[in-house]
Amino acid sequence: MSSVSQTGNTSSGMPTDEAMHRNIAQRRQRGRIWQGVLFASTTIGMLVLVILLATIINESFGLIAVQSTVDPATIADRPLEELSKEELIVILEDNLKRRVYQRLEREQPLAERDQAALLEIVRVEVVQEEVVGSWPLNETLFNRAAIEAEVAEEFPRAEIQFRSWINPDFLTNPMSSVPALAGVRTALLGTLWMIGITILFAFPIGVGAAIYLEEYATDTWYNRIIQTNIANLAGVPSIIYGMLGLAIFVRAFEPLTSGTLFGLTDPTTANGRTILSAGLTMGLLILPVIIIAAQESIRAVPNSLRQASYGLGATKWQTIWNHVLPGAMPGILTGTILSVSRAIGETAPLIVVGASTFIVTDPDGPFSKFTALPIQIYNWTARPQDQFRDIAAAAIIVLLIVLLTLNAIAVLLRDYIRKRRSI
Amino acid sequence: MTTNGGISPQDAKYALETRDMHVYYGSFRAVKHINLNVERQKITALIGPSGCGKSTVLRSFNRMNELVPSARVEGKVFFHGKNLYDSNVDPVEVRRRIGMVFQKPNPFPKSIYDNIAFGPRINGWQGTKADMDNLVEQSLRASVLWDEVKDKLKESGLSLSGGQQQRLCIARALAIEPEVILMDEPCSALDPISTLKIEELMFELRRQYTIVIVTHNMQQASRASDNTAFFLMDNDRAGTLVEYGPTEQLFTNPQDKRTEDYISGRFG
Repeated sequence: MSSVSQTGNTSSGMPTDEAMHRNIAQRRQRGRIWQGVLFASTTIGMLVLVILLATIINESFGLIAVQSTVDPATIADRPLEELSKEELIVILEDNLKRRVYQRLEREQPLAERDQAALLEIVRVEVVQEEVVGSWPLNETLFNRAAIEAEVAEEFPRAEIQFRSWINPDFLTNPMSSVPALAGVRTALLGTLWMIGITILFAFPIGVGAAIYLEEYATDTWYNRIIQTNIANLAGVPSIIYGMLGLAIFVRAFEPLTSGTLFGLTDPTTANGRTILSAGLTMGLLILPVIIIAAQESIRAVPNSLRQASYGLGATKWQTIWNHVLPGAMPGILTGTILSVSRAIGETAPLIVVGASTFIVTDPDGPFSKFTALPIQIYNWTARPQDQFRDIAAAAIIVLLIVLLTLNAIAVLLRDYIRKRRSI
Repeated sequence: MTTNGGISPQDAKYALETRDMHVYYGSFRAVKHINLNVERQKITALIGPSGCGKSTVLRSFNRMNELVPSARVEGKVFFHGKNLYDSNVDPVEVRRRIGMVFQKPNPFPKSIYDNIAFGPRINGWQGTKADMDNLVEQSLRASVLWDEVKDKLKESGLSLSGGQQQRLCIARALAIEPEVILMDEPCSALDPISTLKIEELMFELRRQYTIVIVTHNMQQASRASDNTAFFLMDNDRAGTLVEYGPTEQLFTNPQDKRTEDYISGRFG
């Protein structure tokens, strides 16, 4: 590189032209190294994310080997799918044990069920189809011959099918001890109920506390203590909140959280381990985060706006309601999105508060027993059978989709508010 | 507009009179011993170097100082014979009667229409939609902005240029029908042409309103005001009123040596 100026350097400390060029080159070199480091960090982060997604997807799809204990040909002369509703009922009457038949009849009279439902029952109860083996997506795609050979050897009567573990049935089926029949409906509904209660509880209280702390509270020692405490509470491990929820909501407020106070006496929920308790506990968990985020964004509303409002004879509340809150709302929503995302994925507090691990009835209100997606995933991954791992992966996908959907809604809402403010 | 226990307009020579006013921020005295009479329907300019307390004095006229938690005003500020700092005077009413325009144009992030309608609405506007349309038009005409924005009243106030935004802020202040308008260096963020427009506007407004303006620009004070008050920081760093009188007299024949030094550009 040729130098820009050839004038002699008279000042004592500044480098000569040659030294300057060397120095610039060195500084540029240092910048490039750092840029490389930063790029590497981003790449590692992306790589881990891709591996995570790949693993989940890999587990969620793949071949399965289905084997029936009873050969369908011995029950009917045609393939089962072609049988009419009446014929299926006859098969059930002939083949089922009395006790099983009566139980099914009690749940819902067979005559009232449709053909597809009856077919499913025949498959499970009479033919007793059973998934005897399952393989992840990578083996399915690249190693199919080996799988077929293995199945032919170990389960000669088994049939190989491609199965997407995440499918409409998986979303609508309740829990089951048979992985192939298990679904996430109860867990999904439980999560949605819980998050709804969490938002209803934490958002107004969090924003209210933030407004008070930012706009009304004066700088006194006890307000500073409150402020410090909130900041610290945001970092408390979630299991501690679970224990708090157990002590307060499940035990101390049992009449309230179990619904007995409102005349609800459901024998299955004769305690406080309800969706309400879980939602309130999660609300406590994210409350500090919401307060801090809301405070930050309230502080970011320019003071000139407040002054303009006061200057026109607005009261404090009018200023807050008309200018501070609308200005802070996008930031408040961002904070809420982040904290709700955290709440959706939390497992530990739910275990402590007493989420059910196996439950087949849908939650029908805040006073129901419940389970949630993370609990379900945790529960399934802990089982020894391979297929539970597959449905756990499918449930993770469902959880991620719920998360992304809620986030998308909140982002759209935030952008809408932002746009409306800058018409 | 009637109020109970509040301020009611009456004819008098002075719109605002301060009696031995001191303003403190915490233990720091920002201005001291201010005795200043602001004439009705005149433009009064407050000039002086930075930090001499002109803005503090201006803000004590509509109790905006109270928004700073540590601020405290001693002495009296009379508005139509009523002390603004009496315990039974509500600062909200004071600000409703004494409007303010700030240094940086600060329109609300709302439409031009809503910027103007906001003041009347929060002050218990009782008219119809047509009345409000009319009020918005009148306010924009009074601030000589109507012709420029009449076709885009629904657009954001932030879409206007700096000078237009400042006139929007003036229109917004006019909409609540104040008696006094305080202007805190309204042209410091504007280019010369916008500045000129604001000054012309001030002359228009003088027919109806009392205007107090803080300015750094001595040319502006000399060409656009009737009376001028010169402030200076004292040895204890508190601002004091050095000289106050008709603008022409203050600029051509200052009574105080310090005023002369300042206006002739010897310091500050």
